[in-house]
Amino acid sequence: MTALLERSLTVFKEHVDATVAAFFSSCVRCGICAHSCLFYTETKAVEYTPIYRLEPMRRIWFQEYTVLGRILKTLKLSPPISHEELSEWEPLIYDSCTLCGRCSMVCPVGNDIVTMIRKMREGMAAAGHAPKGLVDATHRAVKTGSPMGVRLQALQHQLEHVEQELGFKIPVDVQGAEYMLLMSSMEIMNFPEFIRAVARLFKYADLSWTIASNAFEATNSGVQVGVSDIAAELVERVVNAAEALKVKTVIGPECGHAYMALRWEGPNLIGRPYRFKVLHITELLDQLREARKLRTHSRDVRSLTYHDPCQLSRRGGVTKPPRRLLNMICNDFVELPDNGVMNWCCGAGGGVSTNERADQLRLQVFTRKKQQLEAIKPDAVITSCSTCRMALEEALDEYDMEMPVLSLVETLAEHLLEKKPNHSEIN
Amino acid sequence: MSEADLFMLVRGPLFHAALAIFIFGNIIKFFEILMLGHKPDYAEARGSAVQGGIRTIFSRFIPDAGIWQRATITVIAGYMFHLGLFTVIFLFAPHVLIFQDLLGLKWKALPTQIIDAATLLTMLALLILLMHRLRDPVRCFLSRPCDYLVWSATMLPLITGYLAFHRFGIAPQTLIAVHIFSVEFLLIIFPFTSLTHAFTLFLARYYTGFTAGHRGINA
Repeated sequence: MTALLERSLTVFKEHVDATVAAFFSSCVRCGICAHSCLFYTETKAVEYTPIYRLEPMRRIWFQEYTVLGRILKTLKLSPPISHEELSEWEPLIYDSCTLCGRCSMVCPVGNDIVTMIRKMREGMAAAGHAPKGLVDATHRAVKTGSPMGVRLQALQHQLEHVEQELGFKIPVDVQGAEYMLLMSSMEIMNFPEFIRAVARLFKYADLSWTIASNAFEATNSGVQVGVSDIAAELVERVVNAAEALKVKTVIGPECGHAYMALRWEGPNLIGRPYRFKVLHITELLDQLREARKLRTHSRDVRSLTYHDPCQLSRRGGVTKPPRRLLNMICNDFVELPDNGVMNWCCGAGGGVSTNERADQLRLQVFTRKKQQLEAIKPDAVITSCSTCRMALEEALDEYDMEMPVLSLVETLAEHLLEKKPNHSEIN
Repeated sequence: MSEADLFMLVRGPLFHAALAIFIFGNIIKFFEILMLGHKPDYAEARGSAVQGGIRTIFSRFIPDAGIWQRATITVIAGYMFHLGLFTVIFLFAPHVLIFQDLLGLKWKALPTQIIDAATLLTMLALLILLMHRLRDPVRCFLSRPCDYLVWSATMLPLITGYLAFHRFGIAPQTLIAVHIFSVEFLLIIFPFTSLTHAFTLFLARYYTGFTAGHRGINA
C-alpha cells in the first residue's frame, strides 16, 4: 500500500462517525435517492445513484467499524480499497455531484447522503484523486486569497470604478464597523454591479460597514475540494480580519457555497464558535426591509421566478428572506414547480463549475432546470448566487432560451427609492 | 428425532438462542454506531436541533410528492409490505400470545381472516419488490447478494406461516416447527444485515433532522 493511499484511508476513517455508521446501517438500497438526483434523472446512468457514490467509504466503515466486516476483512472476503478504485470513483464524487443535497431530503431511512459525499471528498483529495481544476483553484486561494487569483489591486480597481459612478467612497478596513462585507471573485471580476448595488443599498440604509483588504474573498475552495486544513485556513483569514476590525456581523455575498462554508462549516473547521454573526446578504437586506430602512419606488412588471441556490435554501436555511425581498419588487412572482428546499440544482455547484472535465455533463443535466422553467415560462429568473447565475446564463444560452438571469440584490437596488444624498456623508 | 422433539427443540432452546443473538447483536450494533460519536456543532444555531431530529423521525414516513411520481412502485409496494408485515407479526392471535409470554404485555389480536389477507398482501408486495429489484436498472445495479438473502429470510416466515395456518401437506406441528425455524433464521441474520434499518433508521433520521434543525431547515 502506498503512503498516499494509507494517508487517505486514515482520513476516510477519521470521517466515519456515528452519523455515517447509522446511515450505512440503515440503507436498504431502495434506490429512491436516484430519483432525487438530477445527474441520474437527466442521464439515467445508474452509477449516479447518490448512495452508490459512497461505496468505497461504506466498505471502509464496514471493514473497520463492524464486527462482521472485521471478520470478513481478516478472512480476505471483503476486498480492500485500491488506488484504481478511488480513481474510478473520482468523477462520481466531483464531476457529477454538486453537493446539492436533494438526496438527503428524500431518503426514506433519513440518510444525509450529501454530508457523506462531502466527507468522502476529504478522503479522495488525500489520495490525490481530486480534479485538477479544483486543486488549482485551491492552490490559488491559498496563495492569492482568491480561487480565481483576484488580488487586492484588482478589487481596488473595481472599487474605484464603483466610487466614481456612485460619487461616494466604499469603506475599506474601517475599525469598529458593524458589518464586514465579503465578496466572491466571480462578483469582483464578472459582476461588479453587485458591489455597486450593495454599496447603494447600504448607503441608503445608513449602514456602518466595511470591506477588509486582507480578507474580502468569501468562497472556500478547501471546502469544495475536501481539504479541511486548507478550508480552515481560509476561514481563519476571514475570522482574523473580522475580529481585528471588531465587526459585529460578517455578510456573505450572493454565493450559496460561500454561505455554507462560512456560516455552517466554518466554526466547525476552526473548532470554535465565532465572536461575530454571519448573515447572507439577503438575510441582512430582509432585516433592513423589516426595519423599514429600505424603500422601493417601483415594482417589476415582468413575470419573475426565483431559483433557490441549494446551499442557501436546502442546505443553508435561507428560503424566506429572498422571497420577502422579491415581494417588495415583484408584481408577478411565480414559483418554480419544485421550489424552496426541494428546488433542483443549476448543475454547477459544489465545485463542478470549476472542474472543466464536467462542463459537458453540467450542460446536459441542465434539462431538469429547463423543464422547470418551461413549466412556468417566466420573463426572467432571479437568483442569489453568482455561480448559479453564471451557470444559468450559460446553459440558457446553450439551449437557445432567451431569459435574462438577474441578481436579487442588483434588482432590488434598481428599484430603490432615490433619496437625496446627504453631502456631509460623502468622503 | 420425533416430531414432538423437533418442535420442542425449535420452540425451546433454538428460539431462545436466536432471540439472544437478535437482542445482543442489535445491542452491539447500536454500541458500534454510538461509540464512534460525533463532533459538536459550533455554528450558531438558527433553530432547535433536537426538535429537528424528532421532526425528521416522523416526516420521513411521508414521501415527497416528486418521489411518489418517480418511484411509485417502491413507495406503494414498500408501504404495503411494511404495514402488512407489522400487522402479521404483531396482531396475529398466536403471535400475541408469544409476545405476552416474552414481554408480559397483552394486546388485542385481529380476526384471522384479516391476518390471512394481510399475509397474502405482504407476500404480494414482497414479490413486487423483488421483481422491481431484478428488473429496474437502478435497483438491480445497487443490489448485493445480501439483499436477496434478506429478501428470502423475510419471505420464508410468511410462506411457512401461511402454509402452517392452512395446513397444506405435512403434519401441522412440523410445519409450525419449520415456520419457527425460518423466524429464527431471520432473527439470527438480523443484526448483521440491512435488516438493522428497522432500528437504526430512527437514529439516521434523527441525525439528519438534528443537523437540519440546527440550521432552521425542515428536513
